Amino acid sequence: MPDAFAFTRLPEPGRRTVTLDFEGAPIEAFPGDSVAAAVLAAGHRLTRTTPVSGTARGPYCMMGVCFDCLMEIGGEANRQACMVEVRDGMQVRRMQGARPLAEPQA
Amino acid sequence: MSRAVPLLVIGAGPAGLAAAAAAAEAGVEVVLLDNQANPGGQIYRGLAAGGAGREALGADYLKGLPLLEGARHAGVEQVSGASVWQVSRERQVHATREGKVEAWQAERLILATGAMERPMPFPGWTLPGVMTAGAGQILLKASGLLPQGRVVLAGSGPLLFLLANQYLSAGVTPAALVETTPGGRLMQSLNLLPGALRAPAYLTKGMGLLRAIRRIPRYRQARDLQAEGGEALEALSFTAQGGRHRVACDLLLLHQGVVPNLQMTRALGLAHDWDGRARCWRPRLGAWGESEIAGIAVAGDGGGIVGAAASALQGRLAGLQAAHRLGALSEAERDRQAAPLQRALARERAARPFLDQLYAPDEAFLAPSDETLVCRCEEVRAGQIRAWVGLGCLGPNQTKSFGRPGMGPCQGRMCGLTVSEIIAKERGVSPAEVGYYRIRPPILPVTLGELATLEDSTDHAEVPESL
Amino acid sequence: MPKSPNHYDALIVGGGLQGLSSAVHLALAGLKPLVLEKDYPGRHASGANAGGVRRLGRDPAEVPLSVASLKIWQALEDLVDDSGGFVACGQIKIAESEAELEGLCRRAEAVRALGFEHEEVIRANELKELVPALAGSCVGGLICREDGAASPFRTVSAFRRKAEALGATVLPGVAVATVKRQRGLWRAETNQGAFEAPSLINTAGAWGGRIAEQLGEPVPLTPKAPMLMITERVAPFLTPVLGCAGRVLSFKQFDNGTLLIGGGHMGRAEPETNRTEIDFAGLAVSSQTVQALFPQLAGVKVNRVWAGIEGVMPDQIPVIGASATEEGAWHAFGFSAHGFQLGPVVGRIIAELVLEGRSSLPIEPFRISRFREAAAAA
Repeated sequence: MPDAFAFTRLPEPGRRTVTLDFEGAPIEAFPGDSVAAAVLAAGHRLTRTTPVSGTARGPYCMMGVCFDCLMEIGGEANRQACMVEVRDGMQVRRMQGARPLAEPQA
Repeated sequence: MSRAVPLLVIGAGPAGLAAAAAAAEAGVEVVLLDNQANPGGQIYRGLAAGGAGREALGADYLKGLPLLEGARHAGVEQVSGASVWQVSRERQVHATREGKVEAWQAERLILATGAMERPMPFPGWTLPGVMTAGAGQILLKASGLLPQGRVVLAGSGPLLFLLANQYLSAGVTPAALVETTPGGRLMQSLNLLPGALRAPAYLTKGMGLLRAIRRIPRYRQARDLQAEGGEALEALSFTAQGGRHRVACDLLLLHQGVVPNLQMTRALGLAHDWDGRARCWRPRLGAWGESEIAGIAVAGDGGGIVGAAASALQGRLAGLQAAHRLGALSEAERDRQAAPLQRALARERAARPFLDQLYAPDEAFLAPSDETLVCRCEEVRAGQIRAWVGLGCLGPNQTKSFGRPGMGPCQGRMCGLTVSEIIAKERGVSPAEVGYYRIRPPILPVTLGELATLEDSTDHAEVPESL
Repeated sequence: MPKSPNHYDALIVGGGLQGLSSAVHLALAGLKPLVLEKDYPGRHASGANAGGVRRLGRDPAEVPLSVASLKIWQALEDLVDDSGGFVACGQIKIAESEAELEGLCRRAEAVRALGFEHEEVIRANELKELVPALAGSCVGGLICREDGAASPFRTVSAFRRKAEALGATVLPGVAVATVKRQRGLWRAETNQGAFEAPSLINTAGAWGGRIAEQLGEPVPLTPKAPMLMITERVAPFLTPVLGCAGRVLSFKQFDNGTLLIGGGHMGRAEPETNRTEIDFAGLAVSSQTVQALFPQLAGVKVNRVWAGIEGVMPDQIPVIGASATEEGAWHAFGFSAHGFQLGPVVGRIIAELVLEGRSSLPIEPFRISRFREAAAAA
């Protein structure tokens, strides 16, 4: 559920869009967006809870320095959402605390 | 296997683009690595891809076009999306790109890793919705995104005014501009003004920005900042002009200058000097930006903040020198090409001491209040660090043993300067004496799976085959 | 008559765990030791080790010392008012093949033949119960159920505090240049002036060979830099500390979820400058080992790598005992990257040697003259 916050986008007519799956709901983004930008543009500031205290965090630096935008992207835990470019159909989830131990591969 | 390359440049901002182009123009084979999808660095972010927000961003943004074109035209091999996580003193470089590890062995290496925003710690700065002014610019440059809700800009330094101006040009009026520059700064900086007058463009540009942002409610000499909110930001409160204020907002963009991004030069073990005016370290460099390690040079803001224009000049000079060292350029030709660049560089740098002094961050953000989270990753507060100093902790490396600051995924990028400043202040000595975290490779977190693939690409590549 | 404040009973060169433990035990006996530390306590091997409290798999010569040391660890609060973070989570050496398991069975028998029962063979089903996440290909292991792990810095700090509380002096930032015995006193020249005492204790770790050389008894010590990796936090899945029968590994999960991967792959050490350099080829091998045991960890990120400087002896056991050339001097160095667990008992041995001239535990195998004897025999 988006919070009260939102961005608008400068118009670029005719630009194609891609659709991400964010926490089970579709959000629209543009090629060239980072996942963090796409999630912010869709009105979500909160992108993870910390493994230390469980408090909420969101993107801070948008340039790969702060590691506060860690998300689960394409099934991979703790990826820097500001450093990953969106792709159509990408599965994106908030990190909730520490990464889980994946099930052993059969 | 490592790929052998005569010159490898890391970072495709102004310095890296210019360095790569200068050497390539002299006939050197150059590979330019960058961690973004497109070259340009953070200053020209999005420009190569068309620059969604270029109208709002103004004329300075378009100055990146000749740099982008120069590297392309010179035949520089540009490798994008490469996250470099190891650089050795023997000039071996490892990066992860599209999930795969790639390695290079460079004869010469130019590090152009640029700047990052100086972290601005105060209570609440970790709430979702609190970001850097640079992040605001990146959203505008790379994605054409403008905040629609209530946005507040806070801190000190020219970028704050620039961003305010860019938002106004795009039709967004920030809810407040909260300046944290303490009183008396201008007077303290006046002795440096004559130098700055040699670079009048910076000053006139600055005055222009200040005129343009008059429409924004402005608070000066603000202190005791507190970002408020439950799960996300709801307001910024602060003391200014004789009272406490509370400005409701959804987005708070912070800025208090930029500092060199030193993870690579630190991991290489280069000597670093404390710059007391700019309140940051910079690697000790010789002529042409060459370091004490043979074959490794540094250009641009990563060697000490100089700004985009001077970074490009430093980059070209480092590129010429690399070409000379590689035998592609005679000493005379190098000097002939370098002379006008060196003159221009001296002019560009003239305003820096004045600006550093005028916009030096306020003490309250260098060594924040006890309850402030300093290490965002491991959630260590300023008061804990002070308590450890009381227990005999002398420097940043020891704090790790006490409570893990600097040991999370950002590897100390966000807390390093603050931890050094707090310990220095508690001990009554200079940060130069306290020192900084020891930074070791990998300089970015790297997966066990990625590391496991290295066996055949590291040292073994250099072992001659036995008969 | 009260002693003047600058009078010391023993000069201890090196403020790592061995030196601080020696200081605690000497101070408990009423002596006033002075610890001279060139950096800060625990700066090198004592602070930058994996924290393993392990009897499992030790050299037969070390087993009696290690068994005695664990008893001290189990009641460390009684000695230094802090547990050092010691938790008896168990240590397991894993066999990945039947041949390796047979080797572990022989090892357990050999330890029993020495008169000790602490190493116990377990089969695949119990191993799976103890470490459910482990790859199914592992066939069994050797376990020391009462072994475990502690926090190196917390332990070093506890010994330092206790030593100081008992009247010892610990001076960080004091680098010893030379030691010399004159008129019955040992004199250490340092960057902070000279210090004198009747006894000299060399607990200088990777730098211990230099002190020994000044005593006229050079040793073949090699400074090395054992590397450790630490990962991001992972949801808890592992209790005991793991090693491998057929590979170099020490693997554990901290309470905070981070994984520590070490075990002996070496970086490059520069003792002159305190610098260490990481050797990624060694890290690659460690990563492959972890992946073989836990394939599901391939995507886990390593946040940090570090390496401390440690002194390694050619026979992989330390030098402990009296100087063979000088009066009033004792050594405890060259622990070859497994001295942390021994620290508490080594201090007691040193105190016994200084005060009584003999140790209650068998320390002949650690005598410094063994290298000269070996050279003479060759």
